[in-house]
Amino acid sequence: MALPVAFFALFFAWPVAAIVTRGLKVDGVWRLGRILDVVTQPDIRHVLWFTTWQALASTALTLLLALPAAYVFARLDFPGRQLLRAVVTVPFVLPTVVAGSAFLALVGHNGLLDELWGVRLDTTVWAILLAHVFFNYAVVVRTVGGLWSQLDPRQVEAARMLGASPSAAWRKVTLPALAPAVAAAALMVFLFTFTSFGVVQILGGPTFSTLEVEIYRQTTDVFDLSTAAVLTLLQFAAVGAILAVHAWTVRRRETALRLVDPNTTARRPRGAGQWALLAGVLGTVALLLVLPLAVLVRRSFESPGLGSYRALTDADGGTFLVAPVTAVWTSLQYAVAATAIAVVIGGLAAAALARRDAGRLVRSFDALLMLPLGVSAVTVGFGFLIALDEPPLDLRQSWILVPLAQALVGAPFVVRTMLPVLRAVDARLREAAAVLGASPWRVWREVDLPMVRRALLVAAGFAFAVSLGEFGATVFIARPDNPTLPVAVARLLSRPGEVNYGQAMALSTILMVVCAAALLVLERLRTDRTGEF
Amino acid sequence: MLLSLDAATVRFGGRAVLDGVGLEVVEHEVVCVLGPSGSGKSTLLRAVAGLQPLHSGRVLLDGRDQAGVPAHKRGVGLMFQDHQLFPQRDVGANVAFGLRMRGVGKGERDGEVGKLLELVGLPGAARRAVAGLSGGEQQRVALARALAPRPRILMLDEPLGQLDRSLRERLVVELRELFGRLGTTVLAVTHDQGEAFALADRVVVMRDGRIAQTGTPLEVWQRPADAFVARFLGFDNVAGATVAGAAADSPWGKLPVPDGSAQGNRTVLVRPAGVRLRPADQGLPCTVTARTFKGTHVSVLLQPEDAPRLEAACALRDAPEAGATVGVEFDAAEIVVLD
Repeated sequence: MALPVAFFALFFAWPVAAIVTRGLKVDGVWRLGRILDVVTQPDIRHVLWFTTWQALASTALTLLLALPAAYVFARLDFPGRQLLRAVVTVPFVLPTVVAGSAFLALVGHNGLLDELWGVRLDTTVWAILLAHVFFNYAVVVRTVGGLWSQLDPRQVEAARMLGASPSAAWRKVTLPALAPAVAAAALMVFLFTFTSFGVVQILGGPTFSTLEVEIYRQTTDVFDLSTAAVLTLLQFAAVGAILAVHAWTVRRRETALRLVDPNTTARRPRGAGQWALLAGVLGTVALLLVLPLAVLVRRSFESPGLGSYRALTDADGGTFLVAPVTAVWTSLQYAVAATAIAVVIGGLAAAALARRDAGRLVRSFDALLMLPLGVSAVTVGFGFLIALDEPPLDLRQSWILVPLAQALVGAPFVVRTMLPVLRAVDARLREAAAVLGASPWRVWREVDLPMVRRALLVAAGFAFAVSLGEFGATVFIARPDNPTLPVAVARLLSRPGEVNYGQAMALSTILMVVCAAALLVLERLRTDRTGEF
Repeated sequence: MLLSLDAATVRFGGRAVLDGVGLEVVEHEVVCVLGPSGSGKSTLLRAVAGLQPLHSGRVLLDGRDQAGVPAHKRGVGLMFQDHQLFPQRDVGANVAFGLRMRGVGKGERDGEVGKLLELVGLPGAARRAVAGLSGGEQQRVALARALAPRPRILMLDEPLGQLDRSLRERLVVELRELFGRLGTTVLAVTHDQGEAFALADRVVVMRDGRIAQTGTPLEVWQRPADAFVARFLGFDNVAGATVAGAAADSPWGKLPVPDGSAQGNRTVLVRPAGVRLRPADQGLPCTVTARTFKGTHVSVLLQPEDAPRLEAACALRDAPEAGATVGVEFDAAEIVVLD
């Protein structure tokens, strides 16, 4: 418990405190009255309103479209299931900038729909909502589907034998068991869309602006750090409140579940209903997730003779000191380090939180741990830059700075993924191990770890993907000679010209391939290790 | 003294689940704690195991206070009610778990596991999956697992609770024989008096977190300490009575009591065997409300006109039909005046 607390105090609380001080304190005097001034501005009120309702709408739409997919991936067995599961996860780890451009290419001016039918969505809120679904589809599928595939089907069979209709069995047995996972997924989606940055920046145009975009605008365009700090505080408070409510509701609903081997629960689809469901999910995935990526890949190959890819290996492109392709290696190294940190910190925190006798103080840490997700990544990056550049902790020159920031963003994913499964482990199994002479550490290793290894791998995969695609914080602290993939993409996109755009598309495609490969390896790993030793 | 509890108290939200319990177990002794559910039996075991901290009082093992000693360092064994076998380990790995925790080498471990599985009647089962075991087999594996690290004291929580009757009766004899052979010190809890009497050298009856009576099975059976213990043991012919000399004035009329019985206002227990059936015109008139065949005898429920119901035991050929009217007389040898 001490390690996660120290980590978050040092690398989260302190930088945030620094930026708030920088923003609110003028000439050594606190000016708290600014908060009221800012909130009462009509355009800020408009931003707050839009941020909230688009997040709610995005969450509802994502749940509507992704919950059937969670069922399909958990319970139906069909050829290509593993591959498709990885495909679904890829959008989640793509840099928001790239996804934004991909949707622009699909539904924007001169986009695919425009070419075919003259349909344009980039001036409506639908482009933003669809892009949010594109990103968060995987959150619901993996969080809910992961638990769903481990629910014992015999529970439903028992309910059916007691006279429950299929829909009654679903409502009374399956849904209550899934509720914590659905709540966790919905919370994540809401947080991501509430703090959405890249997507809104590109697809929102001048009409639509979220809190995050506004913070960025105030910081970089208007140089009004004070207003930016106030907005950060507002976001902080809103997110903190949501998380507190969530932690409270989840604690009430999580029960010890009978988890079974997920490989035994999937069946071939039976009946018209299941086939229709499968077809519907596959159609949604094809239209919403694959099509934008296909457009992206096509663009990367548009210049003749793989020109965009060849250009990546040239160091003298002018944009960077090194060849853009080195960003691939840099990104991988950073992501591995960040994953290790996130898994250790998040795993320890989840283990402490899962204890039934955890005190109120520890449990409130649950909500606290989620804060880095809600606070804008831009704030984290900027906070790192101004807080960790002077003694006693001068990390400006250290390579570890980027993985630390990425781990900060990744650790909450680890906690979220691990906690429901850890809480579902029967406490008496741990007691049985303790009585047989296992120290608390051995109990964790011998009892918890084998049961949650799956969840741990999923969590590590998530942390890795998040680190690989992390943009908002990294863009502030990555050194110019060592850009990560998303940073390189953004820098290329910010420059005019077909060559730069082509290179950005090519790098994005590489990032996509790396993520897909990493996820496929993970999927293999998950299914191969069924035995204990 | 191997184990002693000294005024051990555990509270859950103000309610005392263990209320000043004092208990001693000597080496090689098999002690059975008997009580209805909710009487604090399981909490007692958890307190000794170190899984449940005490609010006050002490747990001593070999005379050493165990306050602050965590569960994994107490060197006691606990067999859980529903076994709690580790689901992703096979039978052998489950049994070997405690030995691994003590750093026993693999070769020695495997030998020990083989011997233990033989001991519990599952030779060669080491590679079997836990999920494929029957209830009785799980129980045997759990026993082998608890015995493997050679605990100072082995605690059993409802050891046979989930098994079917014939298996239970067979296993209780096996356990008794096994513990005798190994010289294991055992503290078991159960709600089943038959199990307790068959297994134990000494029985401890618990009620609402307190000890109601301790003694050998015979002592407890013959002289229950109070009406609660008597009723818990299955005796229903219990009533208040005024004892004067060799007679007690009870709701069932004058009862003969053994010489030397305590005098004054007491509780009397009439064993079913002490309720003698007579023709309708003799003794206390009763109506037969039910008769149940118990194998060796027939249990007959009798309703006197204005007194509590009586249970009588009689031979099959003497048993009256339900609805018959009979008379009842009492046998002093089967009547106990409780202290």
